Amino acid sequence: MSDMNQQMTAKYKNNFLKEIEEQAEMGDWVKMCMQCGVCSGSCPTNFHPGWDHPPQEIFMLIRAGKRDEVLNSQSMWMCTSCYNCYVRCPRKIPITHIMHGIAEYAYRIGRAPKNQPTLHLSQTFWNNCTKNGRVNEVQLTQTLYFKDGIADGIKKAMAMQAAALGLVKAGRLNPMEALGGGHKCKDIKGIHAMLAKAKELEAKRKGRTA
Amino acid sequence: MAKKEYAFYPGCSSQKGASASNYLVSVESMCQSLDIKMTQIPDWNCCGASVSYAEAGELPRHVMNARNFALSEQNLPERDIVATCAACWLGARESKERLEHSSVLMTDTNTALKEAGLNLKVIPEVRHMVEVLIEDLGYEELASHVKKPLEGMKIAGYVGCQTNRPFGILGESFENPMYLDKLIETVGAEATKYDQKVTCCGGALAFSEPEKAQAQIKDIIESAYDSGAEMLVTPCPLCQANTEVYQGQINKKYGTKFNMPVLYYSQLMVLAYGGSAKDAGLNGQVIRARTLEEFASK
Ligand code: SF4
Ligand code: SF4
Ligand code: SF4
Ligand code: SF4
Repeated sequence: MSDMNQQMTAKYKNNFLKEIEEQAEMGDWVKMCMQCGVCSGSCPTNFHPGWDHPPQEIFMLIRAGKRDEVLNSQSMWMCTSCYNCYVRCPRKIPITHIMHGIAEYAYRIGRAPKNQPTLHLSQTFWNNCTKNGRVNEVQLTQTLYFKDGIADGIKKAMAMQAAALGLVKAGRLNPMEALGGGHKCKDIKGIHAMLAKAKELEAKRKGRTA
Repeated sequence: MAKKEYAFYPGCSSQKGASASNYLVSVESMCQSLDIKMTQIPDWNCCGASVSYAEAGELPRHVMNARNFALSEQNLPERDIVATCAACWLGARESKERLEHSSVLMTDTNTALKEAGLNLKVIPEVRHMVEVLIEDLGYEELASHVKKPLEGMKIAGYVGCQTNRPFGILGESFENPMYLDKLIETVGAEATKYDQKVTCCGGALAFSEPEKAQAQIKDIIESAYDSGAEMLVTPCPLCQANTEVYQGQINKKYGTKFNMPVLYYSQLMVLAYGGSAKDAGLNGQVIRARTLEEFASK
């Protein structure tokens, strides 16, 4: 993974803006930002503590070439995909997608923050839903709560138990799914082949050879 | 009115035994009353949802949606795809837009689809269930089926994000969309005014950043109570789950006494159309909607 980081550093030298433009989804929009701050004021993660840089600052840091600060940031991972910034930006910049795009790129080249919970969720969710073509909610929930090791998993699971039990009682969480039953697509083979091809094509288009 | 036919994309959470199975039950019953025919897209797959962005990357996400488009075109030609899940709808619409705007993405998508024996030429329209109700039938038609108005009930319409941004429902503003309020009034209840109607509940981050998401949810429920509402109604399975199942944890953390039922618009409609508690999927509530249970039994 860090090889990929070196490969990209070598390719783009000190031009971080260009790197983001070519590598992150919708990254070529970053230069359009006029630093008005509307997005920052619209961002729900900004209303509560825990966010480090709102979109406006991320875009400024990109232009200032602060590569490590951006790629290591927790900020992009706090995005809830609420699209508040997206619909309000006077420059019509697709901010939500850029935030996701930068996060994805940081992860792809091994620079995302360690133990990032939303990154873990993203991995778990995608692997869960592509395994059988549809989400297995019980396995999804189990994997999520046991992410920090058994003891912590149990603590969280306890806290979540009331919620989960409520869902089971209401017939909305099917414990059978844990046993490998549950919902599946028929053509799982086709789905896997198609996704493998898609992954290969994307890596090729972005010049990221593993 | 002539029967309306659509290609149905229920999404993972609406399947039997899944977290929004009560949504599906009520939608089926509602569609029966309204003479809407929904045929499931054969072997449909998950849209990937927006939170998978990091692991999935760009093309694989679009390809997942494209497979559903291709299956729909092949098996249910010329029908609009209708999603009940707001997240499915958003994800699918986004893919449609991207593929239609980029011939590179479209070509790559078809190369990938070929591996699953499929090919995509025309992408069907992708619509949310409430669009079908509002645009294809209209409020008047919807009101004409009401047998038992939900008189005297005060309900807060929680629109949230995904049916509202970035696409939204035609003719609605992002800051104060009215369609859910109008649906509430259509079934004879009162839509209360509160200021958290389009606040984000935290979405998928309810899993990964529970404290932050629960702080958001607390604001939403609190504001709904302040407006005099006794229930919340949503168009989205994730909004529904987030605002319903964490109320207990929020009470513990903040010392609040939340116990507000959270319903789908379709459940209200079924009841107003004279359906039973079972038709409306009321047995699927984690926080029981007692007022509605009583109403249904009368
Ligand atoms: S709202 Fe748009 S233009 Fe303004 S700071 Fe944010 S991204 Fe830049
Ligand atoms: S979409 Fe993401 S970045 Fe934009 S306002 Fe919402 S949480 Fe913030
Ligand atoms: S949005 Fe959710 S329910 Fe809909 S297909 Fe995606 S994962 Fe499944
Ligand atoms: S309010 Fe929450 S669940 Fe609903 S659409 Fe927004 S992020 Fe998704």
